[in-house]
Amino acid sequence: MNWEIVGIWLGAIVTLLLYSFLYRDNPFYKFAEHLFVGMSAGYWVIYSIFNVLIPNWWQNMFPPDGGFNWIWVIPGLFAMFMLARMVPKIAGLSRLALGMIVGTGAGLNMLTFFQSNALAQVKGTIFSVATGGVWSVFSSLVLVVGVVSGLVYFFFSKAHTGFTGKTANLGITILMVAFGASFGYTIMARLSLLIGRCTFLLEDWLPTIPRLLGIGG
Amino acid sequence: MADIFTKIGNLDRRIIFVLIALSVIIPILTDLIIPNIVGAEPSRDLFEFVDSLPPGSNVIISFDYDPSTMPELQPMAEAVVRHLFEKGHKIIGMALWPQGAALGQDAMSSLSDSLGKEQYQDWVNLGYKTGGGVMIVRLGTSMRAIFPTDRDNVPWSEIPMLQGINNLDDIQLVISLSAGDPGIIAWVMMAGDRYDIPIGGGCTAVSAPQLYTYLQTEQMVGLLGGLKGAADYETLVGIDNGQAIRGMSPQSVAHIAIMLFIIIGNVAYFMQKKRGGAR
Repeated sequence: MNWEIVGIWLGAIVTLLLYSFLYRDNPFYKFAEHLFVGMSAGYWVIYSIFNVLIPNWWQNMFPPDGGFNWIWVIPGLFAMFMLARMVPKIAGLSRLALGMIVGTGAGLNMLTFFQSNALAQVKGTIFSVATGGVWSVFSSLVLVVGVVSGLVYFFFSKAHTGFTGKTANLGITILMVAFGASFGYTIMARLSLLIGRCTFLLEDWLPTIPRLLGIGG
Repeated sequence: MADIFTKIGNLDRRIIFVLIALSVIIPILTDLIIPNIVGAEPSRDLFEFVDSLPPGSNVIISFDYDPSTMPELQPMAEAVVRHLFEKGHKIIGMALWPQGAALGQDAMSSLSDSLGKEQYQDWVNLGYKTGGGVMIVRLGTSMRAIFPTDRDNVPWSEIPMLQGINNLDDIQLVISLSAGDPGIIAWVMMAGDRYDIPIGGGCTAVSAPQLYTYLQTEQMVGLLGGLKGAADYETLVGIDNGQAIRGMSPQSVAHIAIMLFIIIGNVAYFMQKKRGGAR
């Protein structure tokens, strides 16, 4: 049996089953959906055991050259605490593990996130006008005006009338332009996925039909 | 005439699905190629940055995606790997997403043979490591501690191209091909801003608008946004009839179809509204 062709056919059938939802919800779609969810869950469990738990934890606790590193019992315990949520009496233990994760994440990200996503952006907006040619300066002015008017739109401590109202209107217009650009990119992304599936069906799957029927080479 | 606008307003959405499907299928079946013109775009910036690196530079490619975004990111991966190989750079592949390691292996191994490159001399795949941003911070102090072996369990000390590489200071460029989190933003925050390593990237079109802000602040040296970015890089590298370039034809036709639908839909809406029919 040619397993490559079996794989292509399975892929094609499941793709068509999933696309059948575009006509209407139906049992074939439900079957493919449940198959996908079930297989994904099973795949991730096995993948996590062999690619995360064993190399990162088990092999550190029991090194291949022998011995036992007791310190690695602690992360193992914390991992078990996460599962404690399933037992109501000891569910509180999971908070210790979650607290560790949230604390580490917050500590690591707090300064870096602020520097990368707030300070650097503010600096970039302020200093953008000072450099470049005429077009660059114009572009930077649009950026600065867009940022300020966008912020004014979300400033509710002053009534949106007169100059403030006009600035807020400009802000919402610029926000709509930004949302439109995001929407266009989203369409491009979704179409890319559709193109990928259509290319698979037309260039990989369809040519196998004559081969199976013994018509083609 | 009034009936036409009402009918358009109430058009069965399945007709639109069929038309969109046809606008994608027909260009694929007819091998339609629409020329891809690359202007002064972030994809060119990335290309020129790679071009400007001295031969033999160490470049990390982080394959931070999975098969669900392959149509957009795999052509990028292949074009970037080809460019790096052609310029004589060393590629250190890794992944912040579990399945990215296998996809990176496909991209690097398939081009390695045809371009006369050798695994462990010119490229290596360190594989997947969990941890995202935390892991990147650790790479800043010791890469070997995070990746004692490569994806095939070959020890770091036995891989010739890795000798002399200790941490991110020995890396001249990081390119993250990212479908989400962890991905480009983690690399910008933890490697770019923290260790001053140039960061380039490729991303799905959905996340491109969010990442443009990092270009303006020069936190990134270039960006490939979606299929268009991949097609741009293929064009710049000189790949004829590449996967992304071919994909841009149905992409363009489908976009034209969608724009027509938007115009027709709006005309129908406003005509109905004018007559007091639309809500």
